Amino acid sequence: MTSRYLVAVCILIAGTNTGQAQTAPKLSYEKTTLANGLEVILHEDHSTPIVVVNTWYKVGSGDEKPGRTGFAHLFEHVMFTGSKNVPSGQFDKWLEAAGARNNGSTTEDRTNYYESMPSNALPLALWLDADRMGHLVIDQVKLDLQRDVVKNERRQRVDNVPYGRANETFLAALFPVKHPYHWPVIGSLADLTAASLDDVKDFFRTYYAPNNASIVIAGDFNRDSALTWVNRYFGSIPRGPKLPARPVVQTVTVARDTFLVMEDKVTLPRVYEVWPTGRIFAPDDAPLDILADVLGGDKNSRLYKRLVFDNQVAQDVTVFNNSTKLDGFFHISVTAKPGQAPTRMTEIVAEEIARLAKDGIADRELARAQNTRRAAFLDRMASVLGKADRLAEYNYFAGTPDYSQQDAARYDHVTAADVKRVANLYLTKPKVVLTVVPEGKKELMVTGGAK
Amino acid sequence: MKRGASRASLIAGATLAVACGTPVVTTSAPVVTTPQTSAAIDLTKPPTLAPPPALSVPPIVARQLANGLRIVIVEQHELPLVDVLLQVRSGGESDPAGSPGTASLTAGMLLEGTTTRSALQIADQQAFLGVGMGAGSGWEQSTVTLHAPTAQLDSALALFADVVLHPAIPVADLERVRKMRLTALAQQRDRGPAIADRAYAAALYGADTPYGRPLAGTEASIASLTRGDLMRFYTAVYRPNNATLLVVGDVTPDDVERRAKALFGSWTRAEVPVVTASVASAPKATTLVIVDKPGAAQSSFRLGGIGAPRNTEDYFALQVLNTLLGGSFSSRLQQNLREKHGYTYGATSGFAMRRSAGPFIATAEVVTAKTDSALMEFLNELRAIRDPVPAAELERAKRYLQLGLPENFETTRGIASQMLPLITYDIPLDFYNTAVQKIGAVTQADVQRVARQYIDPSKLTLVIVGDRKTIEPKLRALNPGEIIIRETRDVLGAPRTP
Repeated sequence: MTSRYLVAVCILIAGTNTGQAQTAPKLSYEKTTLANGLEVILHEDHSTPIVVVNTWYKVGSGDEKPGRTGFAHLFEHVMFTGSKNVPSGQFDKWLEAAGARNNGSTTEDRTNYYESMPSNALPLALWLDADRMGHLVIDQVKLDLQRDVVKNERRQRVDNVPYGRANETFLAALFPVKHPYHWPVIGSLADLTAASLDDVKDFFRTYYAPNNASIVIAGDFNRDSALTWVNRYFGSIPRGPKLPARPVVQTVTVARDTFLVMEDKVTLPRVYEVWPTGRIFAPDDAPLDILADVLGGDKNSRLYKRLVFDNQVAQDVTVFNNSTKLDGFFHISVTAKPGQAPTRMTEIVAEEIARLAKDGIADRELARAQNTRRAAFLDRMASVLGKADRLAEYNYFAGTPDYSQQDAARYDHVTAADVKRVANLYLTKPKVVLTVVPEGKKELMVTGGAK
Repeated sequence: MKRGASRASLIAGATLAVACGTPVVTTSAPVVTTPQTSAAIDLTKPPTLAPPPALSVPPIVARQLANGLRIVIVEQHELPLVDVLLQVRSGGESDPAGSPGTASLTAGMLLEGTTTRSALQIADQQAFLGVGMGAGSGWEQSTVTLHAPTAQLDSALALFADVVLHPAIPVADLERVRKMRLTALAQQRDRGPAIADRAYAAALYGADTPYGRPLAGTEASIASLTRGDLMRFYTAVYRPNNATLLVVGDVTPDDVERRAKALFGSWTRAEVPVVTASVASAPKATTLVIVDKPGAAQSSFRLGGIGAPRNTEDYFALQVLNTLLGGSFSSRLQQNLREKHGYTYGATSGFAMRRSAGPFIATAEVVTAKTDSALMEFLNELRAIRDPVPAAELERAKRYLQLGLPENFETTRGIASQMLPLITYDIPLDFYNTAVQKIGAVTQADVQRVARQYIDPSKLTLVIVGDRKTIEPKLRALNPGEIIIRETRDVLGAPRTP
């Protein structure tokens, strides 16, 4: 059955702002689903005459087959190279002539495409996005060309960057071989070489269907016009086949401390320590974010203050909790100052984690982290592109676009006891430790026995 | 994992905005209340668009305190946020000869301690208030910035004013920051693009001229700057008559002026030396500098010549020229080097306009094996741009510039970054009211004239940082001009011993 009309339930939530200036603004939206399964989420904001279309496909590198790593992202590039009614090269020319900029991105879990433009160009972006969703035109020449571009993207972001290969090295040790996060989104040069035209066509047929996508339209538009255009351009695209089930993943644990070393063209050694954590929006997700802020968020954070500010043995400290759809990990990395041993870095990190796990944190530390998070939350609402991203993200990861206030509130509800608890629960468990050392300096590697 | 390097932003902050004379279209498109039948609509053609909206640039209010401090206020009440920027009209150009990095290190110490607050107390207050602060230097200015929720403005502005007015530059903190900066400079040796940037500036302007020196300083200069040097610089140039306070966001002009008077009213004025970088004349012939980065997976390209100052009459013609050469995704460099040949993830170009003539620069990170082929294509494009540009291509570039402007005014941060160059380069604050018309007035002949004036393929400065043993033979075979071989230590100096 196809229909040119909207059939699903409409949920309308009024946008209100409470009196307190720092309360997160509620993101008003309207969600509908076309008969072919395409989710459409609208957010009006007439403060600037621009509009954003942000299309998310629920496919990422985690859906790739063995030997084809990097494929979801390579495919993303092909999506810009022309469709049935859009000759090769015209996608960008038409959009730029209308004053629009556009881009796309791929993660482990999803691929997105967006256009940001003057409000009159909305039907053009919708028409272009519908044409490539329904009728992408792929050939060997386009694939080979984008393969070369993507290999250069990998060189520019990974291979020719100091410490660039660290991420994929510890991910491979942290997540088991069959886990969708075992390999990097950008993939390997060998796998990119192996991708065939048949792979591209299969991938498009399987995943680039309206029932596997959502479109957020945010900004300065008229609701009725937008829905008319969406219906007109996307309504006749048929549903795709049943989507393959994603592998069921167990919660990842590391059985024992794992020590790795990588030589690189770097002046200074850097040590990475990563622990398994959990999914985005899971109950411990916000406490882990606050824990990261307390350990490495600013000058007063515990690791920065001790390693960089007081002892001055480290050049930088990076701490974050990386959580996404299926799982997550907690990351601490420290770059040693010239002449300083990486082992000294991990000893201090271990001491500070033990101290926090035993004694907890002060109220002021919690307040600093919460207030900074609250302000950052507001900042992400400043642009319509930012708001479009939030709505798409909530829709996919939280199961509803109606999640902005819950998202903000979960940080306000974190207590000092929560932070102490998650430090004990996650950071006292076995971890993966990777030392990146200057070429020929493997003896600088951090190992379990070194004291 | 974005598919392209960032799209065209007009470089050096010298961006434009819409306020054209055409009628304002307040709704995005005609309202369609009844769906049309498919027979009436040709889905094989792009839809016809309604006229584009015009942006009314938010009102800009300028005031001045008795001590000479200029205040520029732009109201934007969409969110309870404020961006504050204190700009001092002295930057790297004012670095004493032999001491590059003086302005930059001085700014870098402002958040590291005041007469009443330690570095840790400043950081603690920022985080507790949920505000962001920063300080830094460009060629012709130093800036201190504050990004704050309106509810925290009182406390945040008190902290901000303290940082601007009462820096202590404590010796222990200077030594800590010095060590960090020396380490960061040493780490530049790891990165081909960083080496290329330094090598290009030095090759184009001469290593001992203001624009040829690094803004952040050299390892030698940073090692030798004293607290006295920084205090002298601060005292000389951080003066109200040499400064502008820019405030954008959820505020009113009267409230801003009242606060500014209370916080900065007793700041004392003094004569400030005016420094303008002198710029060498263009090179006589094309020169290729190859800097060896053994084993590099890509070659870093920095190609071009001396461009134009920000106050050039050719400003709009150069923006249009650059948009179609390398300033948009559909530009010639991007289409040729990336979309036709796959040599790179992105090829771009830009005119860095400063108080004096900044560089024109075309850049790409190119797979090592295609270094010579890529140079050939770059040179082909730099020659071809001197021919008349087809009308459709010219029109597309102009519309991309004109219609993309409203987006720059969306956020308080965006508005602040639009205003800053006007302040820095003494451009009238109503600049954006005529920008759309002026872009529209650029002709094919204008573009050809500025292309020929500013891009001379026979007098280019070419810098390529890469794996010399692989790339040098093929580059020599192209015979691009005189070839100079350099090592990283020639560009960044010999490594210091810690």
